[in-house]
Amino acid sequence: MNRLPLEQKVLSENDRLASELRARFHAHGTLCVNLISAPGSGKTYLLERTLERLNPVMRAAVLTGDIETQNDANRLRRYGFPVRQITTGGTCHLDARMIERALHLTNPVSPAAAPARFSVAPAEGAPWSEQWELLLIENVGNLVCPSSYDLGEDAKIVLMSVTEGEDKPLKYPSIFYKSALLLLTKTDLLPHLQFDLSLARENARRANPAIEILEVSALTGTGMEAWMKWLQDRQQAVRGNMQGRVAQATAHGS
Amino acid sequence: MHELSIAGSILDTVEAESARRPGMRVVKVGVRVGELSGVNAEALQFGFEALVKGTHLDPLALEIEQVPLGHRCSVCAHLFSAQDEVSRCPLCASPEILLVGGDDLHLAYLEVEDR
Repeated sequence: MNRLPLEQKVLSENDRLASELRARFHAHGTLCVNLISAPGSGKTYLLERTLERLNPVMRAAVLTGDIETQNDANRLRRYGFPVRQITTGGTCHLDARMIERALHLTNPVSPAAAPARFSVAPAEGAPWSEQWELLLIENVGNLVCPSSYDLGEDAKIVLMSVTEGEDKPLKYPSIFYKSALLLLTKTDLLPHLQFDLSLARENARRANPAIEILEVSALTGTGMEAWMKWLQDRQQAVRGNMQGRVAQATAHGS
Repeated sequence: MHELSIAGSILDTVEAESARRPGMRVVKVGVRVGELSGVNAEALQFGFEALVKGTHLDPLALEIEQVPLGHRCSVCAHLFSAQDEVSRCPLCASPEILLVGGDDLHLAYLEVEDR
């Protein structure tokens, strides 16, 4: 019997694809964010209110993942931005291969033609290109599994609604550990609840001291401005880096 | 419950490695799973066994090493592990504690024998 050391990531194939996606996003100046939460924390509603506030000329797109149905895509399509629904067919998370497939498809692929179980519905109503300024990915509602999969995003964003327990970051530390931003959602419900905001913040910081935290109510709009500014700042940083690289390449070339 | 797809990824690698070593048979694969990796070891073992059964890789064992979460004090850089929830560094009592290392999900080794 012989033991051969391997020392490679289990998800090395996913990570390789994700790195390719990330390089492409950076080359195009695309800010890609991956929204993750438990089912019912308000990802789709937040996205609706976000799309509503985006500058209509912004090149933005949404990929939304669900185990079944096109319901979320149907909701999100009303705002004039292209939306693609990834139906995972049972899988509890999105992976880099699904994102790659969704970004490349220009025509619908019938489930029979695709070897994988997941399927991607085409964008309707708006043209689909690759030169996005903002790509919003709504992951499958699940606080555990999506945390293991890199999708090539710039930032994972975890949502936690105030109707959940303050100890969620302690129960599910992995996703808080890996997220750049925590959105505490549904804050309009606070007067009706015994939710301790400062305890929730403290618990999130215990899982990840560097995590940024914003409070939002997509319903009343409170906190939406700060969230939109967060996106805008990140988008400008990504674009700035791209322009910096282009300038550097030009300088080296001359 | 994404452990089944994780198990599938492990088997993909075992397949690829076996193909590169035609004279050998892989009998065991060793995996390191961190506490913060989001992967449940029991479910992974179960999914792995279910996938292997009846394939040409059968019998193939999976050995999972679970890596506990580490803590690092961001003030004095003291590294420590703790079973229970901690709020302060045991050395300097600072509340600034980082979680470290627990997001491992690695294929550590293969055990092979001659065919």
